[in-house]
Amino acid sequence: MPKPSLLGKTLKELEAIALEAGLQKFVAKQIASWLYKKNVTTIDEMTNLSIKARQILGEKFDLGRLNHVKVQESIDGTKKYLYPALNGKFIEAAYIPDKDRATLCISSQVGCKMGCLFCMTGKQGFQGQLTATEIINQISSLPEFEKLTNIVYMGMGEPFDNIEEVLKSLEILTSAYGFAMSPKRITVSTIGIVPGMKRFLTESSCHLAISMHTPFDEERKQLMPIQVVYPLKEVLNEIRNFNFGLQRRVSFEYIMFKGVNDSQRHIKELAKILNGIKCRINLIKFHPIPDTPLESSEISTIEWFRDSLNEKGIITTIRQSRGQDIYAACGLLSTKQLVKQQNTDF
Amino acid sequence: MKEYKIIDNIRISESTYVLSVKRDFEFVPGQIVSVTTNEKIAPRLYSICSGNKETDLKLLYSIKSEGQLTPQLSLLKSGNIVHISIPGGQFKPAINNACWISAGTGIAPFVSTIQSLECNNITLIHGARIIDDFYFSNIFEKFAGVDYIRCCSSSNNNVFYEGRLTQYLTEKDNLPVNQLYYLCGSAEMIVETRDILISKGISFSNIFSEIYF
Repeated sequence: MPKPSLLGKTLKELEAIALEAGLQKFVAKQIASWLYKKNVTTIDEMTNLSIKARQILGEKFDLGRLNHVKVQESIDGTKKYLYPALNGKFIEAAYIPDKDRATLCISSQVGCKMGCLFCMTGKQGFQGQLTATEIINQISSLPEFEKLTNIVYMGMGEPFDNIEEVLKSLEILTSAYGFAMSPKRITVSTIGIVPGMKRFLTESSCHLAISMHTPFDEERKQLMPIQVVYPLKEVLNEIRNFNFGLQRRVSFEYIMFKGVNDSQRHIKELAKILNGIKCRINLIKFHPIPDTPLESSEISTIEWFRDSLNEKGIITTIRQSRGQDIYAACGLLSTKQLVKQQNTDF
Repeated sequence: MKEYKIIDNIRISESTYVLSVKRDFEFVPGQIVSVTTNEKIAPRLYSICSGNKETDLKLLYSIKSEGQLTPQLSLLKSGNIVHISIPGGQFKPAINNACWISAGTGIAPFVSTIQSLECNNITLIHGARIIDDFYFSNIFEKFAGVDYIRCCSSSNNNVFYEGRLTQYLTEKDNLPVNQLYYLCGSAEMIVETRDILISKGISFSNIFSEIYF
């Protein structure tokens, strides 16, 4: 049985750990500083803790750092890291350097339950939730940790289907005791799990991205099974009724599928349903996955779509594809080949 | 969420139960409700598995040993309180000339549909590991409008198809391409089944899925 980890614990949890170990409450802040500001790899490096305190902690806890086991580098500089998770499972994170910013795309689950038709992660099914330790470890253990400017929860899994651990990780990333990152440098992407989204909106200040992909209910049902549970209309109502303030941003992700969601009809409907919501749309070229019935729209169509939406007053951009040659681009992350055959009920 | 008094909570197989409460709302077959035992436990979503003309609301659930809710839910007795939301969701299986495919407790929305509406020319393919997990088979056996196919993956028998439902679909020739297909089950089942259907010429626009999560 592995020892519990210190990494990924909130200040409140570290205080409880300190008190239970017979240490002073303030020790928790010291531990947090070593974990999240000095990014140490062992408990022994926490040198402002007494030797006895380190000994007590070491007996009961691991620090929780797990280094990547594989890295692949794209011709465009993107790197895909394979990290071990608990119970012999694996997750991927994509490091995307771009001029003066460096973004890390992190995972929140091993696999995914959402089954979107266009997503490689969905094809591997669901193997487990990540703990806050495993989420934070993708950041702490990144060789380029010092260069990181932005974090996006757009890797494997649906963050709001693992809301407790995701919120804990966001607290650690944005708190003064933690990484002290600006919440404006963090974006969490969801397909629209409404209860989780409500908690995220009220308990965090980070940006929100919604995977939309079509404004029409019936089409969205065919692309994204979640539509039958949390219809887009319900998601938009929540967003419309929430005060995002001046700094916080909501964006909609829109993968362009040839002949499916790239027509004038879609532009008109998008303008209609997004009326009154201060937002932007990110258009994404579809990166084909095995056995998919979908194709990407032509670049010229994507540009026309962007220009038409901009003309209607919706700020729309085309997201640059990164890391496609190493399967690190949007919708391509997967550790399916490392998943052991499970006993299923079908 | 509103409090409901449990009428019964019956174990129907090794780890599966049917929970019943008195219904006080309208619903459309295929809809879901959120359920929890108390405010401290995050609610989970369940498909309604009773007809919309029945006075009781029934929910089918399996115990997830690692879960917070279902082990507690299974301990509740008649007279105990459970919290249930108003119904929601848009999974509405077609009731004519359609194919319904489910695994395990994914049968629930189809149970509700068959007990609520007149269904004709329906093929129902249900996959389960053992014979006891073909829940509500007595209901489907008696409907003339349903071609009821059971795929049993780990029990030998002479009555049902022996093998996984994905194997059944892979072996099956001439699946109607113009029919609508409604899938309900785990993510793994949905993704694998959908890929098989698409490989057999069925358009993704004819496939509708509800994944339990």
